[in-house]
This record gives sequence, structure tokens and C-alpha cells, in this order.
Amino acid sequence: MSFEYAPAPESRAVVSIKPKYGHFIGGKFVAGSKHFPTINPATEEVLSQIALAGKAEVDAAVKAARKAYTTTWSKMSGKERGKYLYRIARIMQERAREFAVLETLDNGKPIRESRDTDIPLAAAHFFYHAGWADKLEYAGLGTSPKPLGVAGQIIPWNFPLLMLAWKVAPALAAGNTVVLKPAESTSLTALLFAEVCQQAELPAGVVNIVTGDGSTGALIVNHPGIDKIAFTGSTEVGKLIARAVAPTKKSVTLELGGKAANIVFDDAPIDETVEGIVNGIFFNQGHVCCAGSRLLLQENVAEEVLHKLKNRMEKIRVGDPMDKNTDVGAINSKEQLAKITELAAAGDAEGAERWSPACNLPGKGFWFAPTIFTGVTQAHRIAREEIFGPVLSVLTFRTPQEAIEKANNTPFGLSAGIWSEKGSRTLWASQQLRAGVIWANTFNKFDPTSPFGGYKESGWGREGGRHGLSAYLKGVSHE
Amino acid sequence: MSFYGLVDGTEASLKSYLNNLSGVDQVGAEARAAMLATRSIKTTSKRWAIETAITMVDLTTLEGADTPGKVKALCTKAVRPDPTDSSVPSVGAVCVYNDMVSVARTHLDLIGGQHVPVAAVSTAFPSGRASMPVKIQDTQDAIDAGAAEIDMVIDRGAFLAGRYIDVFNEIVQIKEVCADKAHLKVIFETGELVTYDNVRKASFLAMAAGADFIKTSTGKVAPAATPPVVLVMLEAVRDFYEMTNTRIGVKPAGGIRTTKDAIKQLVLVNETVGPDWLNPKLFRIGASALLNDLLMQRMKLDEGYYSSPQYVTMD
Amino acid sequence: MSNRIDVKKTYKLYINGAFPRTESGRTYEVKSAKGAFIANPCLASRKDLRDAVVAARAAHAGWNKATAYNRGQILYRIAEMLEGRRAQFVDEIVAVTGVTKVKAEKEVTDSVDRLVWYAGWTDKIASLSGSTNPVAGPFYNFTIPESVGVVAAIAPETPSLLGLIDVVAPIITSGNTVIVLASTKAPLSAMTFAEVLATSDLPHGVINILTGKKEEIAPWMASHMDIDAMDISGVPAKMHSEIKVAGAENLKRIHSFKSADPGRIIAFMEAKTVWHPIGL
Repeated sequence: MSFEYAPAPESRAVVSIKPKYGHFIGGKFVAGSKHFPTINPATEEVLSQIALAGKAEVDAAVKAARKAYTTTWSKMSGKERGKYLYRIARIMQERAREFAVLETLDNGKPIRESRDTDIPLAAAHFFYHAGWADKLEYAGLGTSPKPLGVAGQIIPWNFPLLMLAWKVAPALAAGNTVVLKPAESTSLTALLFAEVCQQAELPAGVVNIVTGDGSTGALIVNHPGIDKIAFTGSTEVGKLIARAVAPTKKSVTLELGGKAANIVFDDAPIDETVEGIVNGIFFNQGHVCCAGSRLLLQENVAEEVLHKLKNRMEKIRVGDPMDKNTDVGAINSKEQLAKITELAAAGDAEGAERWSPACNLPGKGFWFAPTIFTGVTQAHRIAREEIFGPVLSVLTFRTPQEAIEKANNTPFGLSAGIWSEKGSRTLWASQQLRAGVIWANTFNKFDPTSPFGGYKESGWGREGGRHGLSAYLKGVSHE
Repeated sequence: MSFYGLVDGTEASLKSYLNNLSGVDQVGAEARAAMLATRSIKTTSKRWAIETAITMVDLTTLEGADTPGKVKALCTKAVRPDPTDSSVPSVGAVCVYNDMVSVARTHLDLIGGQHVPVAAVSTAFPSGRASMPVKIQDTQDAIDAGAAEIDMVIDRGAFLAGRYIDVFNEIVQIKEVCADKAHLKVIFETGELVTYDNVRKASFLAMAAGADFIKTSTGKVAPAATPPVVLVMLEAVRDFYEMTNTRIGVKPAGGIRTTKDAIKQLVLVNETVGPDWLNPKLFRIGASALLNDLLMQRMKLDEGYYSSPQYVTMD
Repeated sequence: MSNRIDVKKTYKLYINGAFPRTESGRTYEVKSAKGAFIANPCLASRKDLRDAVVAARAAHAGWNKATAYNRGQILYRIAEMLEGRRAQFVDEIVAVTGVTKVKAEKEVTDSVDRLVWYAGWTDKIASLSGSTNPVAGPFYNFTIPESVGVVAAIAPETPSLLGLIDVVAPIITSGNTVIVLASTKAPLSAMTFAEVLATSDLPHGVINILTGKKEEIAPWMASHMDIDAMDISGVPAKMHSEIKVAGAENLKRIHSFKSADPGRIIAFMEAKTVWHPIGL
């Protein structure tokens, strides 16, 4: 007899989802005019109707943010601003389970990840930045750094609440007010966050949340009343934003795509490396801009690593995201599933060899089995384009130099992984890699104190740490 | 002896064999074990896990104060863990000191526990600080008294001093004494080896030397059978099986006191080496207090409310 | 008064440590403040830019890898060489711009001092803008700044020497290489500065200097996909938008500045964060 795990579903009772939501503007929920459905990607069940913000709503949000900026927030001492952020952090911790369940329902990610990663890290971001609010003069930007004003923030669907925290916490700590737009398919935790702002008695208009699609995002980007744009999403949209704001005085930070190399040297700690490969590409269904989507194996250990990787992948539990034992959940949307499917088909067509473990995917919802492609070369589309799904391209190399050349042979430069037990080689490789985050003998680790962001076409600026904070403050010498 | 063709018995070949092992990253290994500890085992799978864990318990008493009376009581408990419920299976073995083996064997046979083997701790347990003739005699005595399983300790001093060949030869010699009369479990005392690199190295060393089981600890040193230590040993066993087609058992011992702890161990087994190891032939848990918690949790599943220690026998 | 005929200098470009003429064969006239002819510097073309980018890219690996101490000594050496040729620069600045000798002398003095200032930054900027980050877990985590790569820069029209140095020095301090377009009206001190560079142990290709027109060269810089960043301090504000739009194609880091500040160095650096477990 074998050890089958009985279903262990997290209770949904902790959340109450309204049938319809509006926007959060000037400290109040205001009704929307048009709406669109948000669904649970694991079941295709319609969870709620989300409002689509048009010009009037965005105008109102920017106006509220401006008013809060000039009358309240920029005048308040850093010490007091910080206390509001501490309150938010604490309330998020108190309501962590509620956030986790809601995130999993709306996003499709496993409850284990929303519970153990997304929500605790989001709260930690507020806690960390709360402490900055009254210490800005020590941030290395001169004795009296100034906030930028109203920040327009557009976040993606892969880590909805965490990306909100990465954006809102530093902006508020630095004294800015915000207009935030969550991703079209994952608005619910942002709207719950609006409730947290109310519970924290955050002054009206400091945080405004408008929901909508790309058209709403464009209204924010092009709004003349906004001083700063912070965007996380695709490189394609990032470039559009860079062009759109070029004629303006807006400052911009962009966290964009990636195609990270995860490099395994022949002296790597093999079992932990296999775990790191799995975590690198299958964490959050591979919906991670910094995912280790290109595995570079030193040829003399390639066979062994692949063998172990496949064995390990047989143990990945794909299925109901609400089950506490699920490792890989649902693909976030039908569109994303189509994109992953298309790129994987390109892998087949270009002659790479596809392998997936046997897994029973649910009949409803959007699913893609964890997949690896071997025999991939630098020229393959699956080695160059961001798939943003649970698909790993495996390449090999012969020497450390070749590994670095292959790793850097991409317009992206967000992250990279190095697996080796040799300290000098690890440091050498981390020096050579053109990427903003290097994980050595680990992968996909995040922390509010640790700057995150990319080289080259992976973006502008950093989020997290002192470096991330500076993106919300006026520097000394910049015009 | 052939040592599976992995080593030829010389120090040079042993060194080269051990040097080929990959390192273990502590943080990564602990993270993996911690992640597996979040597995939520409910209802039917929990029942199965509890039943299975009971059959894997090496019910142990290793005290200076052990008496024939205490050992007999332990044997009774081993055969019928819950005197009120005959559907509860017997444990995997009774584990005692050398001089208590005959007491245990005789009593087990007397009460219908012929199927429960007696394991004896051996080779100057727990420190391993004795001459080789003494260790051999210690083992021989236990086997003569009816032990079907020998839990020997390695010489950690020799291991830490880099005298791997000495550790290897000791295991080989004890294995010769055991021959086909007793299974050999080799105890590393992982709390004294300290690093996971050492645990992995000791695992491969012991398996090549002829261990039937590798065992974490004596129970006298903390930390003992922590989940990451067991994970590293299970990985070694899995890799050894791929190299030799031989399945070596694993026995965590020390610190596993609750059903939750035991289920975590079973999850580690399930997701590291797979279901083939989920039986007492290949996985044992050295424990004393654990059994009662398993019984209480079993009652909870049956009756739907929490039990009390008053309803399980103390020994 | 001697009736010796002056030997006049041919002003060429400075690419990869050499002084080529523009491949386009074009020149333009530089006149004194009073309108007298002075020289025919090169009117650099997009192909000259292309060659300069190749040189700068090739030079980046070595310059980036050089120790900060070494870079500091070379920047200091440039200052030494400039100091030694003060008179020539003063004469050129006076001739071309018509400023007083006193003012020209101050510009040269400031230029030398500015180079010395940046020379001292090479081995300090990382401690200023880097960090170790106390993450909540068993990891050693640090952020180090490193050069962004190849930077294109447009020097302001005035001051022609100090403006060029203000743009170029912070860029190369951290290990970047640069292609700089000199002041259009007053390009001579830039090209004479190239002679200083050529005798300052600066590896070939680290600084490449073009002369010509902003409206011609800047858009090509902005659209060049092998340029990582731009300093547009010397570009008229009305051109900024066009440059930023073109630069968005490869997300160039485009900045402009008001003053000398370590922020100018940091702006052309990327923060790299490295995680490593801490364990036995």
C-alpha cells in the first residue's frame, strides 16, 4: 500500500467575497460604472465583478492622491507616517490567513505559497519600510530628501499583494501618495488591502486603488497629475511606458521580464541543486519574472542532474491550489495558458525534447504540467523568450566561461543562479553575470532589505532596501 | 568481500569513493525538510500513517536502571500496544542493551511475540570507546542471546580524525559476526558528526561496508533524528540503490516523540525514496514515548475526540 | 615678430586610442569669438559613432575588471597630464570662446581638480552605494554597484573642457566606457584633451571623443542597441523627449545632471545583489 495524501483543503470560510466591487478613492469605496468578472483560474468559477476604471475614476483618484499629498501626507512627520505603516503591517499579519485564501482563490497559486511566502513577505515589506519613514535623511540622498509627489503604480498578477507591498510601502514611507492599479485578473487582495488602510485609519487619499485593465493603466501612465510611475510587468509594456513618459518630467521605475540562467557546476551540492532548480522554475507555476527558466548544466554532470530532476518532478503535486499539499497550482488565465502552450509547441517544433511527469490535471480551470525541454540551444525560442510558465529549457556547457557567455547572451538581466561548492568560482561567476539578483546555492529568495531589479531590458531601478527606497525620493544631482 | 564493487577494502579506494560524493548545502537541505514538514496528512492517510508508524517503532529502553521487569513490560507493550484493541499491530522490534536480550527474547516468545525481533545495541554503545575484541564479543553475546538485529555505533573519534578506513573495517568486522544471523544497523550519532556532509559521507561509508540499516543516533546525544538529517540519509540510501540495486534501511532514533513527528518522517520517506521504503523492513523509528502518542491519535481518529494518557498503558 | 609660419593642428576624432579622421570626410568650421577661422574639426557621422561603440564595448571588460585603485591612478594621471599642458588649454579656450584668460585658467584649474576628485571616488563609491542586507534568513546578502557598460554622452556647449570632463569622468570612474560628443561650437579643447588621454595610460577605447552636431549624433546614440546608458546633460531640453523615446527600445538608462556629485557616478552603475546561504 502506498502513502496517498487525503485532500487537505484550506477553509474558504475565512473570506467573504462581495458580488461586486468598486474603487477605493479618497478613503472610501466608490461604485464603479462598468464591470468585468474575476474568476478562480482553478475552477473558472466567477468570484466577483470588478470595476473598470475610466478617465473619471482615474482623475478622481489622482485628485484625491494629490490632495492627500499636499494637505496631509507630505506635511506629516516621518515618525507619524511610519506609525501608519507599522499599523498596516500588523493588520496584514492579523488578517494573513484571509489574504492568503483570497490570493489563492483569485490567482490560482498554491495556498502553501500564498500562506508561507506572499502574505508574510508583503507584511514584512510594510514593517521594513515603516522604519524608513523617519530616517530618510540617512538614506544616502543628502540631508533632506524629498518625496516625488503622487505615484502611479501598476502591478502584475503573479504576486498580487506582494507586488502591491513592494510598490506602496516604499512610496508611503518616502512621503508620496499613490494611485495603484492591480492586475485585471487579480484585484481582490488589493481591494482587501483597501479595507486594511481603513482599519489603520490611514488618511483619506494616501492610498487610492482603481481596478481595471490595460486601458486604466494607460490612463494612469499618461495622467498629467502623476509624478512617478512604477510598473511591474512585461518588457513590452515597460517600453511603451518608457516612451509614453519620455516627454514628461515623470520619474519611472520598471521591473520587467527575465530569462534567468540557472547554472549548475559539476561540484554543486546535487540534491539541494535539484531542489533549487525545481523552486527556480516551478515556484508559482513559473509565473515569476526572475524564474530560473534556462537551466545550464555542466556537461559532465548533466545526465545525473537531469535524472535526479526528473525523479524529483515525479513528486511534484499539481492540483487544487487550496489543498495544503499542492506544489503547483493553476495557470492564472486562459490567455497565459495559451501563451505557454504556444511557446512549448515552438519548443517541439524546433526539435527540443519535451518531458513532463505523469500528472492528472483537473478537467476545469487552466493547467499546465511541469515541463522540461532538453536538447535546447541558444537559438531556440524557448531559450530566448520569457514563457512565464512551468517550462524549463535545459542547455549544457563545458567550461565556466562558456556558462557565463550563454547566461549573458540575452537582452534580459534580471536574475541568475549559481550552484557550486567552490567559493571562489561562485564569486567569480556572480561578478561575471549581468543580472541584478544573483542567487548562489539558492533561488527565488526575496526580502524587503534586499534590492531587487534588473540590468538591461529587465528594467529600471530597484525595489527593496535602501536602493529601492531611493526610487521614491528626489536625488541631489538629477534634474 | 566485494563491497558492491564500490571499494576494494584499501584506504585509497575508500577515500576516492568518499571524495566523489557531492556536498550537502545545509540551508537547502533544511529548507527542503521544512517544506515537507508542511504536508498536511488528514483522515484516511493519517490513519494509514499511524498504523504504519506503529509497525515501524523499535520500542526502546536503554537505561542503566533497566531491570528484567521493565524489559518484560516493554515486550508486552510491543506485542500488543493497545491491550483493549487487538487490531493494533505489533511494533517493529524491541531494542535493549546486550544483557537484556535474553530476557526480552524469552518473554516475547512466552507471550506470543515470536514475530517481534529483539534488537541489541552493540560495540560499546553509546560511546563506541572500546577495543575491537570487546566490540566483537559484545556483538557475539547479543546474537548468542537471541538478538536478530544489531544496532552498532561507529567510532566517531576515528571518523572525525579522518580514519575512515578504521570505521569501515569495524563495520566490516561486525557485519562478519552478524553474518546471516542478525541484521546490522549502523548508528552514526549524527549529533556528534555535526555536518550534513559528514552524515552523507558516513552513510555511504556504512552502506559500502555492509550495513543493512543506517541509523541516526543513540538517543543519548542531541540533536538526534532531525528531519534534515533523516532527509540526507534517505537521499544517500536512494542514491545507493541506484548505484547497487540494493535497498538499505533507515532508522531515525531520538527526539521523535509525537505522531506529528512520526508522520513527518513518513512524508520524508515517501517523497525522497518512495513508497518501497514505507515498511518496517526498510524504515524503523527508534523511540519509547512515541508509541503512546500514536495510540492516542489512533483513538482520536476512531472516536472523534481527544484521548488522555490515562487511557493508554504507561509501558 | 617672427615671420615663421605656424604649424597648425589637424583636429581629428579620438576612437579606440587612435586619431582617425571621420569616415564621412566631412568637416565644419570653428571660428573664434570674433569670427576668425580657427580650425576644421571633423563632423562625425553615425558610422564614426558605430566604430566608437565597438571600441567602447571591447574596452569595457578590461576597464571594468581593472582594480578601483588602478582606475583611480589613471584618472589621477589624466589630471597630471592636463596640469602639465595648462597653457595650451587656456590659449585654446580663450581663442575659441573669447573668455578672459583668467576665466579660462579657472576652467582648466577646475578641470584638473575635478579629475582628481573623481580619481578619489573610484575606490569609495562601492562602499557608499553598496550594502550588506540583513535578510530574514540564513543567507549572506550583499549589494554591490558595478558599471552599466557602454555609455554615450553629450557634453554641454559650455564650458567646453570642464563640461566634457564633468560628463566623462563620473562615467569612467566606475568602470564604464564612454563615447562623448564634444561641444559643437568649441570642440578644440576636447580634442586636445584626447591627446592628454592618449598619454595617460588610459586603455584604448575607454574614452572615445567625437566632434559634430548633437542633432545628428544624439538620435543615433539613443537608438544604438549596444549602448547601455546616456548622459544627455549637454542636450537641449527640447531634444530630451525624442532621445528618451528612441532610447526606450533597449531601455537605456538616460540621465541628465546639474552638478558634480557622486550621484552622477551611481546613476551609471547597476546594483547587483548576491545571495548565498550561511551554513556548515
